[in-house]
Amino acid sequence: MGKYVVKRVGISLLTVLVLVTVVFILVRLMPGDPFSDPKMTPTVKENLNAYYGLDKPLLQQYTTFLGNLMRGDFGYSMKYQNQTVNNLLRQSFPYSLDLGIRALVLSLSLGLVFGIVSARNRGNKIDLFFVVVAVIGTSVPDFIVGAILQYFFAVKWGLFPIAQYKGLAHTILPSIALGFYTMTSVSRIMRASMLEVVQQDYIKTARSKGISNFRITWKHQIRNAIMPVVTVLGPTVASVLTGTFVIESIFAIPGMGKYYVESVQNLDYSMILGQTVFYGIFLVFANMVVDIAYGFVDPRIRIAK
Amino acid sequence: MPEIILEVKNLEFSFRTYGGVVKAVRDISFDVRKGELLGIVGESGCGKSVSVQCILRLNPEPPGFFEGGEILYKGKDIVKMSNRELRKIRGVEIGFIFQDPMTSLNPTMRVGKQIEEIFVGRKEVSRAEAKQKALEILELVGINEPERRYRQYPHELSGGMKQRVMIAIALVGQPGIIIADEPTTSLDVTIEAQILDILKELQEKFMTSIILITHDLGVVAKMCDRVLVMYGGKIVEEGPVNAIFYETAHPYTSGLIQSIATLDTSRDEELVPIEGTPPDLFSPPVGCPFAARCEYAMEICGMMMPDRTQVTPEHYSACWLLHEYAPDVELPAVVRTTEAEEITPSPEQVETEERV
Ligand SMILES: Nc1ncnc2c1ncn2[C@@H]1O[C@H](COP(=O)(O)OP(=O)(O)OP(=O)(O)O)[C@@H](O)[C@H]1O
Ligand code: SF4
Ligand SMILES: [Mg+2]
Repeated sequence: MGKYVVKRVGISLLTVLVLVTVVFILVRLMPGDPFSDPKMTPTVKENLNAYYGLDKPLLQQYTTFLGNLMRGDFGYSMKYQNQTVNNLLRQSFPYSLDLGIRALVLSLSLGLVFGIVSARNRGNKIDLFFVVVAVIGTSVPDFIVGAILQYFFAVKWGLFPIAQYKGLAHTILPSIALGFYTMTSVSRIMRASMLEVVQQDYIKTARSKGISNFRITWKHQIRNAIMPVVTVLGPTVASVLTGTFVIESIFAIPGMGKYYVESVQNLDYSMILGQTVFYGIFLVFANMVVDIAYGFVDPRIRIAK
Repeated sequence: MPEIILEVKNLEFSFRTYGGVVKAVRDISFDVRKGELLGIVGESGCGKSVSVQCILRLNPEPPGFFEGGEILYKGKDIVKMSNRELRKIRGVEIGFIFQDPMTSLNPTMRVGKQIEEIFVGRKEVSRAEAKQKALEILELVGINEPERRYRQYPHELSGGMKQRVMIAIALVGQPGIIIADEPTTSLDVTIEAQILDILKELQEKFMTSIILITHDLGVVAKMCDRVLVMYGGKIVEEGPVNAIFYETAHPYTSGLIQSIATLDTSRDEELVPIEGTPPDLFSPPVGCPFAARCEYAMEICGMMMPDRTQVTPEHYSACWLLHEYAPDVELPAVVRTTEAEEITPSPEQVETEERV
């Protein structure tokens, strides 16, 4: 297990290095540069280039960036005057993270429960209801789900605020919109898995022991049925957390999404790099935690690796 | 005669499937006596597993359902029991050993927990006692280092070890009846012998009644006191092991016995020595299920099911040959004094009519 963890951490670090390099190159390949404002005089432009180190050879810029990155320093924004990238991240990331975690918790817990409920009601109306929900969830994009939720729950019925992110009530609609797809896909996986496990021989063994149905369902069926869900958890976390950007803009949430779009439009090199790398590291890290956790959940993996 | 502790009467069990109703068990009756080792033999798909699983109500219901009959245990009918009543019997009064140890253990639960789980929710046994019992039983079934094994997961054990754990699960509650459904099919010969020894020992030591399903007539001859021969969802012959082998009274049993004489590799082989295939259980024949394959079949065989007929006080067979008007036939059995290979059927004595 120790070896497995070390290996997993090593792979994660390597992934981050590749990510940083690729993003660094891609940003520089974009046409134009950050200081292309026509009103800007060539001298001002030169000064700015020198100030941000853009006059140095590319390789040197790259190594400088890597060096700063080691210290956790993403440098200054090229558009937001006197703002460090770190500072902007500090302001915006908590919103994105908060929304992402809420959506994840909501979608995983509801997804598992719905999967279990529909497996236990296989073939009847309750199951059918969840099938319909799943078809909607997997085929309708999240920004449309968001818009529909806003229309009914905010505009028509006035149950929740339509936008912004100021209190618990504000968080509910965006969390649902963001987590809807994941919830339905988790519930489908869980349903299929529950139905498969219930056919397994060890369930019959459990029944032959005279233990309660609750214990059979909980300790034998659900405990094993949850494995496939845990396997897709890594990609799921990534898809929910990257989805936040879109939902943020629909619900006017001051998260990273807003800055991200702006900095790409402005070719704010340090902001694009900083945000992408930061978010990338975060995702790689989240994935790694999920993978290691999986090793602990499944005893077969724990020993083998 | 020893005390009867379980009585199955006219049991009929079927499954509703997309293709129709499978009549897996069709009107079978038998009893289990205290301390006996009762064998059940028969070709694959003849309803052995379904029959014995009815005793603990382990068949999935639905799609399975009882069409009729009763299973009397301590004055109560298991067929009519509530889940609550069944739980009181499962594991502690009747234990079950399953065929495939590879898939019959929960992969995510420690071996020890799976054994002592029998006691969860039973107030008489404390946690510490349950653990103690689990460790003792591991030792009893021949697992060394029980403390270490207790903490392991199934995938860390070999096949033979897993089957010992399965036996431990069936034994730990000290049930009076143990049902072993082909407990050694997936194991190699030496381990099979060890496992069977454990079962035999138990039966003798604790007067446990054991129902042993097997494909291996050699095992039956060595271990069992009485035998049920099943075919097409029915019991076709029933009797003490000697009567079954030496005074065979059913052509199907006779065919099975001849198959070991000719094949000689009874182990792990399925018993399909007799030409033809078992009947379709979706629409089972109205007459004798064996009629289509029986070399002695008479006209009546295809029309009416033969009654369960007494041959000797303990020996029954369901075959028209036992009817007073039927021709005299001497079925090939195992002849006590000669080698198995020398057995020859005597078809010239049989007036076989057109096969049905
Ligand atoms: N869950 C089920 N659903 C539908 N049919 C079933 C089910 N379980 C068993 N059957 C059918 O019942 C019949 C008897 O099966 P059973 O498992 O009792 O045979 P068996 O004698 O134990 O055979 P084997 O020696 O292969 O174990 C078979 O035709 C089988 O297809
Ligand atoms: S003789 Fe008739 S009744 Fe007897 S086994 Fe053959 S077919 Fe069945
Ligand atoms: Mg079977």
